Amino acid sequence: MFAYMLRRLLYAVPILIGVNLVTFALFFVVNSPDDMARMQLGVKRVTPEAIERWKVERGYDRPLFFNTAAKGSGQVTETIFFRKSLRMFTFDFGRADDGRDIAQEIRDRMGPSLALALPTFVLGLFASVSFALILVFFRASYLDFWGVVLCVAMMSISSLFYIIGGQWLISKLWALVPISGYAPGLDAWRFLVLPVVISVIAGVGSNARWYRTIFLEEISRDYVRTARAKGLSERVVLFRHVLKNAMIPILTGVVVVIPLLFMGSLLVESFFGIPGLGSYTIDAINAQDFAVVRAMVFIGSVLYIVGLILTDISYTLVDPRVRLE
Amino acid sequence: MGFLPVVLWTDALFFVLLAIGAATIVHVRREAPLRAAWGRVGSRAAGMASAVILLAFLVIGIADSLHFRAQLSAANGAAESAPVAHSSEVLSALDVLLSSLRTRVEKTYSAPFATALYARETVELPGGGQSRIYPRLAWGGAHLGEATGERDADVARRIATGLAGAAGGWIAVAAILVLMLARRRGNGMSEAVRALWRGETALAWRAALFTLACVLVVTILAIRLAPYYHVFGTDKVGQDVLYLSLKSVRTALIIGTLTTLVMLPFAVALGIMAGYLGGWVDDVIQYIYTVLNAIPGVLLIAAAVLMMQVVIDTHPQWFATAAERADARLLALCLILGITSWTGLCRLLRGETLKLRELEYVQAARAFGVGTAAILRRHVLPNVMHIVMIALVMDFSGLVLAEAVLSYVGIGVDPTTISFGTMINAARAELAREPMVWWSLMAAFAFMFVLVLSANLFADVVRDAFDPRRS
Repeated sequence: MFAYMLRRLLYAVPILIGVNLVTFALFFVVNSPDDMARMQLGVKRVTPEAIERWKVERGYDRPLFFNTAAKGSGQVTETIFFRKSLRMFTFDFGRADDGRDIAQEIRDRMGPSLALALPTFVLGLFASVSFALILVFFRASYLDFWGVVLCVAMMSISSLFYIIGGQWLISKLWALVPISGYAPGLDAWRFLVLPVVISVIAGVGSNARWYRTIFLEEISRDYVRTARAKGLSERVVLFRHVLKNAMIPILTGVVVVIPLLFMGSLLVESFFGIPGLGSYTIDAINAQDFAVVRAMVFIGSVLYIVGLILTDISYTLVDPRVRLE
Repeated sequence: MGFLPVVLWTDALFFVLLAIGAATIVHVRREAPLRAAWGRVGSRAAGMASAVILLAFLVIGIADSLHFRAQLSAANGAAESAPVAHSSEVLSALDVLLSSLRTRVEKTYSAPFATALYARETVELPGGGQSRIYPRLAWGGAHLGEATGERDADVARRIATGLAGAAGGWIAVAAILVLMLARRRGNGMSEAVRALWRGETALAWRAALFTLACVLVVTILAIRLAPYYHVFGTDKVGQDVLYLSLKSVRTALIIGTLTTLVMLPFAVALGIMAGYLGGWVDDVIQYIYTVLNAIPGVLLIAAAVLMMQVVIDTHPQWFATAAERADARLLALCLILGITSWTGLCRLLRGETLKLRELEYVQAARAFGVGTAAILRRHVLPNVMHIVMIALVMDFSGLVLAEAVLSYVGIGVDPTTISFGTMINAARAELAREPMVWWSLMAAFAFMFVLVLSANLFADVVRDAFDPRRS
């Protein structure tokens, strides 16, 4: 087990290097820093001095890979690749365009993101699994049919509609909770209820349908027939046998997204004005703050790889037949 | 009046896709198993109904993909031999059909079927002095003159005649269908009508006719009403929302289909190679798609779109017209979405090929000394095509929804491209207004819902028909 984990962690290194290379190519090779400076400063009427100043401020005035002007190890370290890309491995992301430290900003914003994403995830999983179980319990009936129709209709609605419609209905028409904003500490719940409810509803259609097919696959297995033959009631069969076994594919499917919960949700956070990482990313995209976008790409891929490893571990936890070697 | 045809990149690729579609139809008609699978699609009511709606959207999309630049009328006194100048505005066949909608621009917002603007304005009275009134629309209900009170009666009359027209058109189509069915079945007309009514035909024509009736009613009502009123209201700059919604259809179709088209060659080639060849090829391909998967999709798209925008902005000389520039960004978006979405299909194909590789007929081919390329082309590729087919239809709805979200976030299509996302984006600023400007949002969401819902239903039916595990 330990040796396996170590190997997986080592395998993560080349993947992270690959991610790093892709982002580096995207941000520095496709466009030279000069192009980016010109775009940021406005394409017209920009002086070479202004471009040079912009580059020096952000440290983009160095060569890409190899600095012939520097001496010794400086030939490698005094380059954009080393300073901007390789330093990410130490979680040193440099400063955003507004001068703030990106790593500090990320630490500050993780809390609000998690406060939104974690309840959404837990409640969403619970709601989808319950709905799918109800459909499976009444399978091949009108309830099941219209339930699936409802699922397909719900997954055909744009998530923007859920957000805009929910804000309008609950905050504006009924005035139950504030329309957007955030408060630190426990007061945050008033601001979090609406986004959590909307995200859960927006996700329930596709998830419940997906879980329903998993349950139906499980229900046609031999052990279910055996359980029924023993004389167990349908309720016991469903909850004690089918649910337990179906949780294997469901859990392993959702474990991979758990680490990514830290990243927050782009849409929901920006709509509800929650100062998490999602809205941070959106603001950076709109302000074309490349340093922040790069940092978020890196963190996102680290979390994804953590998710993959957690998935492997969760296999052994929920299914004793699987052993990691 | 002459015109200069303009073939945008997305137009060309869209027509390539249509040609592939036509070739597929010819191919399917020859192959009995494929024909049976598509027959299963057609025998399902949901399949036929959604196909009718998708076809209607496709017609709009095709009409909107025939682009041209109109010839400018020669200036007075210009020599006969002077070079012909063309307008820099790129129009499409759909624009010509909808020219009454496109050119009837109001000043600003107006509600559906309104005859006056949405907001009060201060106007100078003829006899001096000022007054705050709701100004009369320039075009909405213009034929009524000052008798705006007769609007409801006028609308009702047009709806009634429109419904009659729709019923007539529908009966004509139904009659043709009955004739065809009667000829094919070889027993009389009344027998054909009865089979149709009871849903006993091989293909679910009853569902198709029912859907067609709905489509016809909506279309003919729009044709009857849209030239006289703004049926979905107007937006901030006074453009007709119905026109914007119809124009958005093409953007949605392009994103939904071209994305899959551009990533298909990579996904198929790499997936099959990884599965069949194994060894280091497999390792390399798996490494590539793990890396691409590891980058969160939205962020990769954001980064790539930002970079594309810089490229487009720093090379204005590449594009002759604004439409070409917007088109380049649309195509770039398709490519980027393709890069982030091919990994799933690639992994599926790899898994399937791993299974196929061990089957007897592939083993036999190898024993006979058939080359690897020939085995892949002749034995592996045809047997994984159902997965490609399913992926193509399954991805469509997700991509349409994704376009709206991405455009909303600002990393989608060019702001000048009309799409559902840009419509929603433009409307969101007005949500806080009292009373709310709801019509352009609702129009965008309604169109998207119908398109995505029919795509989802169609995808489900196709998957059920083609997936061997599900039959």
